[in-house]
Amino acid sequence: MSYTVRKFDAVIVGAGGAGLRAAIQLSEAGMKTAVLTKVFPTRSHTVAAQGGVAASLGNSEEDHWHWHMYDTVKGSDWLGDQDAIEFMCRKANECVIELEHYGMPFDRLDNGRIYQRPFGGHMSNFGEKPVRRSCAAADRTGHAMLHAMYQRNVKANTQFFVEWMALDLIRDAEGDVLGVTAMDMETGEIVVFHSKATIFATGGAGRIYYSSTNAFINTGDGVGMAARAGIPLEDMEFWQFHPTGVAGAGVLITEGVRGEGGILRNSQGERFMERYAPNAKDLASRDVVSRAMVTEINEGRGCGPNKDFVLLDITHLPPETIMKRLPGIHEIAVQFAGVDALKEPIPVVPTCHYQMGGIPTNYSGQVVVPKGDNHSAPVGGFYAAGECACASVHGANRLGTNSLLDLLVFGKSAGETAVNDLKGGALAHKPLPNDAIDRSLARVDRLNNQKSGSNPHETRLEMQRTMQKHAGVFRFKDMLVEGVTKIQKVADDVAQLEIGDKSKVFNTARIEALELENLIEVAKATMVSANARTESRGAHVRDDALDTPETPNGRDDKNWLKHSLWSRDGNQMSYKPVQMKPLTVDTIELKKRAY
Amino acid sequence: MRSDADLVLSGAEEVVLPKTARLNKLRWHCRRALLELDLVFKRYWERVGDSIDAEEESALRALLAEEDHDLWALVSGKVAPDDVDVVRDNLLAELRRP
Ligand SMILES: Cc1cc2nc3c(=O)[nH]c(=O)nc-3n(C[C@H](O)[C@H](O)[C@H](O)COP(=O)(O)OP(=O)(O)OC[C@H]3O[C@@H](n4cnc5c(N)ncnc54)[C@H](O)[C@@H]3O)c2cc1C
Repeated sequence: MSYTVRKFDAVIVGAGGAGLRAAIQLSEAGMKTAVLTKVFPTRSHTVAAQGGVAASLGNSEEDHWHWHMYDTVKGSDWLGDQDAIEFMCRKANECVIELEHYGMPFDRLDNGRIYQRPFGGHMSNFGEKPVRRSCAAADRTGHAMLHAMYQRNVKANTQFFVEWMALDLIRDAEGDVLGVTAMDMETGEIVVFHSKATIFATGGAGRIYYSSTNAFINTGDGVGMAARAGIPLEDMEFWQFHPTGVAGAGVLITEGVRGEGGILRNSQGERFMERYAPNAKDLASRDVVSRAMVTEINEGRGCGPNKDFVLLDITHLPPETIMKRLPGIHEIAVQFAGVDALKEPIPVVPTCHYQMGGIPTNYSGQVVVPKGDNHSAPVGGFYAAGECACASVHGANRLGTNSLLDLLVFGKSAGETAVNDLKGGALAHKPLPNDAIDRSLARVDRLNNQKSGSNPHETRLEMQRTMQKHAGVFRFKDMLVEGVTKIQKVADDVAQLEIGDKSKVFNTARIEALELENLIEVAKATMVSANARTESRGAHVRDDALDTPETPNGRDDKNWLKHSLWSRDGNQMSYKPVQMKPLTVDTIELKKRAY
Repeated sequence: MRSDADLVLSGAEEVVLPKTARLNKLRWHCRRALLELDLVFKRYWERVGDSIDAEEESALRALLAEEDHDLWALVSGKVAPDDVDVVRDNLLAELRRP
C-alpha cells in the first residue's frame, strides 16, 4: 500500500519544554527539523509548572552547583546517576541564562538579577540550611518558558506539525531508529516521518493513576512507543505523590495551605498527623504526610461513604487569610470538591504527580539499552529528554524545580548530541523497512473493526483504580502480587478496545483509545517493577521492607542499589548498576536519607 | 456524507466541516495544559453532548483561543471579562456550574 513519507534531518516528538529546547539546538545548527505535537506547543503540560526552575546562580546568597548536586543525589535516595546529576547541576546556570536571553521574563531583584526563592530539599553547604535556588516568572514559570522557546523556534524555522499524534517508533533490523509514524488528527491520515535523528520529548504518564495532578494529555505516548519497539523502561516503580490532591479530581492543593495552618483530619475529626510526626505535624515532608494519610484510610478512618479520603480543614482560619494568602483555593474547592472551604473541610488524597522513571538515556540524551556486556549502549538515531526520559537525575525521588531544569539541560544536550552525530556523518536516512507503517495501520484497523470489544472509558478507569489501589503511595506485598495479575487482565481488555465513532476528522474516541494503548504499557511496567523491588527507596515504599541498621528506612543498598529495567517482551525485569562516579568530583557516599 | 444541515456559518475556517467533525475538533481543543480546565470541559461536554447551538459553539471557540491561565481565571471567576457578551457570559456561567 502507498503512503506519504516526509523526510527530515531530525524529528522531535513533543513541544513541551524538553522538545522545544532540543528543537532550538537543531534548527539553529541548520538542521531540517520537524516537531510533532498533539496540542498547540504552548498548551503543553509544562504550562502547569509554577514553582520555578533550579539553578545555583547565587543571586541572593552564596550557592554552588556542588551543593545542588549533593541535594539532588540525596533527594534521589542515591538512585540517581551521579555523572548525569553533576552534568545537570553544572549546566543549570548556563541554561537558565540562555533562557533569559530568549526573552523569559524572570522575576528580578532590585539590582536587575534573577530573583530566587527557597524550595523544599534545596540546601546550602551540603545539606546545612535552605537556600534560595528557584528562579520563577511570577506563578507562570512554565508558561513563560514555553512562550520564550516557541518564539525562538519560529525564528529558527523549526517546522511544527500541530495536532499530529506520533503512533509508533520505526526501527530497522539493526535496531537503529529511523523515525516515527504519525496521524494527522485533522484528516486521520497516517504518514511516515523518516528522520536521521529522532528525539522523544512526550512528557509524563501521570494519567495511569486514578488520582493525578496531571492534565489529560499526559498519557505516556513516548514511553509506550518505546516499550512496543523493544526499548526497556527504567525505574518505572518510582512515582512522586503529592499529599493533597482534591479527592476524585486530583487538582493540586499547594503545600502553602498547610503552611498557613491547614490541618488534616480523619473520619473521627482527629488531627492524625500529631501521631505520625509530633513536631512537624501537618508540615512534615510530602512522603511522610502521604503515608500517614494512606495508613488512616487503610485502617478504616477515611471519610465519605467509601472511607477513601481524609479532610483538609481550613475552617478555623480567618476568611481574610484564606482569600488573601491562599488565592485560588476557594475556587478549586468549590469547583472540584463542591465545598465552601471557608465553612467545610476539603476532601483530599495523596495524588500522583511526577514520573521519575522512563526511557533510559545517558547525560548526552542518547537512548541506551543493554547490549552484550555493555548495559548502556546507545541506540542509533534515538534520543530522549524531559519527563518521558530517565537520565537518571531524579532517581527514586525528584526535588521540586529540578524537572524544569532537567528538560532545559537534557533537551539541549539531546539536541546538541544529535547535531554532532548529524554533522559527523554518524547518521543518515537509512532505508525504511518494508513494514515501516504496518504496525500503526494494523492498530487503527483493529480499532475500526473490533466487535464485542471492551469499552475504552471503563477500561481506563479499571486501569487507574488498579494502579491507585495496588501500586499507590504505600505498597503491600500481597497487593502488588495481585496487582500484577489484575493489570495484565486490564491489558488484555486494552487489546480488545472497541470505539463507536469511526470517522476520520478529529476522532477523539480513536485518539483516546490509542493513548490508552500507551498508558497500559506504563502501568504494566510500574506494577511489575514495583512488585519486583522488595526494598523501600524514595517514593517506592513497601510495608514489608523493614527499618533495620543494615536497611535504614527499608532501603537495602546491598541488594537494590541498581536501576530496574522492564521489558515488554515477556514482561520481564533486568537490572543495571547505578553510576556512582561523578564526572569530576568525588562520589557522594551513601547515607541514610534524613532531613 | 455531508448534508447542508450540518453546515453552520461560524468562522470561515470551520464552514466546510460537518457538525460532528466540528464538535470533535472543539472537543480536542478542550484538551488543555491545566487539569482544572480539563475537568471543567469534561463536565461541560457530558452535560451538553451534541446539543450545543451555533452561537454557543462560536463563543466556546473564541474562549478556547485564550491562554490556559487566563482561561482558568475567567472560568473560575477569579477575573471578570472586561466587556459584556451575553452568550459568552452565559457559557462561562455554565462552565462554572459544579
Ligand atoms: C501541577 C504541576 C506543577 C508542576 N510544577 C513544577 C515546577 O514548579 N517546577 C518543576 O521543575 N516541575 C514542575 N512540574 C513538573 C514539570 O512541569 C514537568 O515534568 C515538565 O513540564 C514536563 O515537560 P516535558 O517537556 O517533558 O513534557 P510536556 O510539557 O508534558 O510536553 C509533552 C509534549 O509532547 C507532546 N506529545 C505527547 N505525546 C505525543 C504524541 N504521541 N505525538 C505527538 N506529540 C505528543 C505533547 O503535545 C506536548 O507537546 C509540575 C507538574 C505538575 C503536574
